[in-house]
Amino acid sequence: MIRLQEVEKTYRTRRGDLVHALAETTLEIGDRELVTLVGPSGCGKSTLLKLVAGLVPPSRGQIRVREQPVTGPFPDVGFVFQQPVLLPWRSVLDNVLFSVEMLGLDLRQYRKPAGDLLELTGLAGFETKYPRELSGGMQQRVAICRALLPDPSLLLMDEPFGALDAMTREEMSLELLRIWEERRKTILFVTHSIPEAILLADRVVVMSPRPGRVARVLRVDLPRPRTMELEFDPRFKAHSDEIRSLIFAGRKERP
Amino acid sequence: MSAVRRLLGEAVVPAATLVLALLAWEAATWAFRIPRFIMPAPSAILGEGWEWRYRFIEHTWVTLYETLGGFALSMAVGVPLAVLIVYSPRLRGAIYPLIVLTQSVPKIAIAPVLLLVLGFGEIPKMVVAFLVAFFPVVVDTATGLAATPPELLDLSRSYRASAFKTFMKVRLPLALPFIFAGAKVAITLSVIGAVVGEFVGSDRGLGYVILSSTSYWKTEVAFSAMILLSLMAIVLFAAVSLVERVMCPWLATEES
Repeated sequence: MIRLQEVEKTYRTRRGDLVHALAETTLEIGDRELVTLVGPSGCGKSTLLKLVAGLVPPSRGQIRVREQPVTGPFPDVGFVFQQPVLLPWRSVLDNVLFSVEMLGLDLRQYRKPAGDLLELTGLAGFETKYPRELSGGMQQRVAICRALLPDPSLLLMDEPFGALDAMTREEMSLELLRIWEERRKTILFVTHSIPEAILLADRVVVMSPRPGRVARVLRVDLPRPRTMELEFDPRFKAHSDEIRSLIFAGRKERP
Repeated sequence: MSAVRRLLGEAVVPAATLVLALLAWEAATWAFRIPRFIMPAPSAILGEGWEWRYRFIEHTWVTLYETLGGFALSMAVGVPLAVLIVYSPRLRGAIYPLIVLTQSVPKIAIAPVLLLVLGFGEIPKMVVAFLVAFFPVVVDTATGLAATPPELLDLSRSYRASAFKTFMKVRLPLALPFIFAGAKVAITLSVIGAVVGEFVGSDRGLGYVILSSTSYWKTEVAFSAMILLSLMAIVLFAAVSLVERVMCPWLATEES
């Protein structure tokens, strides 16, 4: 589905300094796979998402999605960010329809699917409410519906639950898995949370900072459907320890 | 109970204070026999203002017309200027210093020159009002447009929406509260600008009334004109706030 070949990204800041955001990275992500990217701040996780979406061009290397080289933004992508970034003057339903509207598709054909998505995420009955009337978790669900409505095959999620409280966060992770079971998408999911990364993923990409690079890719061999109880599974703990040691080993190298 | 207390705090107490102050003023002018051309009593101001009521209609209309013209100009020029500044860094570099320069020149100093160039009538007063009022519109609109969350810009780009579509559906509506903040400052500044214009040279308008009546020692008339001016500014400000509430209904609950 996605292939990154020796991709590198260097930014120039406004002050003219060069920032090596992502060192040479080669990564392959399969169709309908749920891959999480975990690592400390500044390890190039978000940069990697933007590169895959075609929002920024790589400095070197090539990115292919479905064998097509990525040269710019393409519509087969859904984005979910840390903040829901809903439009306050639009109702829940109209916020969900925003993606379809920006894509220039026929809105009438999407009213029913939008309602179905709201139903799927437990927001049935909230169609006419406004974002300010919803909790943070519900707003993020609306953002997920917005991303899913045009039925993209690729879902890019940049710390989507990072701004939620711990309990809502667990709930949302399980819900994302449920949605993913129902509407199989390829998902690239960036997170700071090691348990979240393991709970969701088929494979976890552990990244380390300065310059951002892939430290290791590990396959999560836990059964699906997954539940919170898995956190007490010895295999879960083993994965968690491994990821933690990779991240903290990287820290010790530097003074 | 709390509603009563709030009404007391918000309406009754300020109103009672105002009435008391007016009574004290009235009493002081009688007790100390202050000449009416120096400090007329409120009753004298009201009486003389009532005598002038028909003439005041015309003068108020002229000043209102100049104010609204200046305000309309400052919105019509200020908002597009802000859009240019936000969308083109090169234009920003070219225009911004000029805008700041126009602000650094005292408007009262430009007014005589402007009237010399543009002549008599209402138009030059509108231009003075515009010059006084457009700056906050530019600054606030530019701030609002620049405040679009980068995520929404990425989102729009990933859907390959045109820059125009993104502007109309995302950036402009998100900037509306900022634009209204600028408009509220601009409407009150427009009143000031119109009066300054009239001070420099005119034969109509409330600013003219203040200037001419004080030179004839008709201080009551000047006071009446000042009251009308501040009433006008308050009504215009409230009108802009009302339009804001209609156009940005999502702000209503956030404020309260």
